[in-house]
Amino acid sequence: MTMSIAIRKQLGQFTLDIALETGPGVTALFGRSGSGKTSLVNLIAGLARPDQGSIVLDGRTLVDTGRAVFVPPGKRRIGYVFQEGRLFPHLSVRSNLLYGRWLTPRARRWGGLDEVVELLGIGGLLGRMPRDLSGGEKQRVAIGRALLASPDCLLMDEPLAALDRERKAEILPYIERLRDAKRLPIVYVSHAIEEVARLADTVVLIDKGRVAAIGPVGEVFAHQEAVVDWEAGAVLDAIVVAQDPAGGVTRLGHPAGPIVVPHTEAPIGKRLRIRIRARDVTLAVGEPGRLSVRNRLAARIVEVGEGGPQDIGIRLDVGGEPMLARVTRDAVQDLGLVAGLEVTALVKAVALDGT
Amino acid sequence: MTDFLSPEELTAIGLSLKVSSVAMLVSLPFGIAIAFLLARGRFFGRTLLDGIVHLPLVMPPVVTGYLLLLAFGRKGPLGAFFEQTFGLVFAFRWTGAALACGIMGFPLMVRAIRLSIESIDRRLEQAASTLGAGRMLVFLTVTLPLALPGILAGLVLSFARALGEFGATITFVSNIPGETQTVPSAIYALIQTPDGDAAALRLTLISIAISLAALVLSEFLARRMARDVVA
Repeated sequence: MTMSIAIRKQLGQFTLDIALETGPGVTALFGRSGSGKTSLVNLIAGLARPDQGSIVLDGRTLVDTGRAVFVPPGKRRIGYVFQEGRLFPHLSVRSNLLYGRWLTPRARRWGGLDEVVELLGIGGLLGRMPRDLSGGEKQRVAIGRALLASPDCLLMDEPLAALDRERKAEILPYIERLRDAKRLPIVYVSHAIEEVARLADTVVLIDKGRVAAIGPVGEVFAHQEAVVDWEAGAVLDAIVVAQDPAGGVTRLGHPAGPIVVPHTEAPIGKRLRIRIRARDVTLAVGEPGRLSVRNRLAARIVEVGEGGPQDIGIRLDVGGEPMLARVTRDAVQDLGLVAGLEVTALVKAVALDGT
Repeated sequence: MTDFLSPEELTAIGLSLKVSSVAMLVSLPFGIAIAFLLARGRFFGRTLLDGIVHLPLVMPPVVTGYLLLLAFGRKGPLGAFFEQTFGLVFAFRWTGAALACGIMGFPLMVRAIRLSIESIDRRLEQAASTLGAGRMLVFLTVTLPLALPGILAGLVLSFARALGEFGATITFVSNIPGETQTVPSAIYALIQTPDGDAAALRLTLISIAISLAALVLSEFLARRMARDVVA
């Protein structure tokens, strides 16, 4: 799936002016609240009209102000999972799920009720009314409802934002299954860096109604200017090589060296994505001695940033992947950190959580 | 039953129920359409339409009845049109009573339905549209079911108003036993008659009983529906 978007819309004082192309997989629209992410998704879904511009999905023009084309939302075949679920309160879970399917021509349907119910683990809820569901259950039903309309692409607008930590942890695996098993293109809106790091293939960084950066998740997050206000960090992909429940750790393999994370149930050989926050990275020049820090990654300094009054962002190359460290101005001078220097990046295992 | 009520009284009760039911049911589709228009429409003349719908609520019923007589009498423009096109005569017929009752209850019905449409979360309608529903289907499958408590309230108010309607009815279609003499008209006629007090009292009690039953029924249904509709 490819989607090309070039639109402008005035929303009060705020101007949304977006031009981007997305590929297959999960595209995350990332940015702080009020940056225009939801407005953009509403334009893609057809719930709002742009003042100017066009959106084309796989060669199908959804809207083009120049040619006065506007495909209504019901004919776009784009699923939409809203932040608040928006289940129909007067219909049972089963009827909610089947609502979109019932409106989809038989020939274009994919995936059956049983399959989706199985994928989302909502078999026990079918007879209930939405008011009797927990927040996490509601959200899973909302995802199922969108899927059963057999969409060509799925929009998810902060589907986890209204949920607490545990409910988030409950739903994330289902979204991963959706991404991996169904190969369904997903546009995922979030301002939570953990979710984006875990799910996204491509990140579109949106700031003040404009695209500030776009690219693979690792690159965008290590791009310090782009993420300067957020918890900048890096995302590394590593493979599970050993489990050590007694030591409380899981060992991963990475080109830059072994990575140790707190024990997590994952089969050996599974690819895990870990996020390393810039402020959790310590830099050592020369071989460090005996330390409790478990992770020592061979790194090369790519760039020493301008940084703020106290701290400086340092871009590293870790086994070919970008990574960011945030250290004090004092440390940069003391250690003589300059571009090209070979260093060791130290990261405590316990700083690597959540993913 | 027949020992308690005279045939004339039974006729009046039956007629009242018929007139009120027809008034309520026939005005329902118009009530929903106008309520939807007023709740959602952004068009020139909306305030004027709102005012016209509310007129019967504020005008003296005699005035409404007289206007109906002018418009829907056999020589009136609308009366002549309906007679020629549908063979439907309003003047001095029970149909005229139903028309008068429907019009008098219309503002109450529209208000109730409009309020419930305005309280619907439109984001649910958006959700339905992203699932493939066009405007009409969104209306039928989401808006209408969610407005059901208001529609029910509107029906009950319209029915109750019709049961009690007197002024416009008697002005428009007079007080003809068996044709246009509803319970209020019958009570009025009985009070004018010597020895009519007992019969008037009986009809009054019956009228109270019917109204109470309608209220209890609607309350019961509204509760059941509210349970289903409120998330």
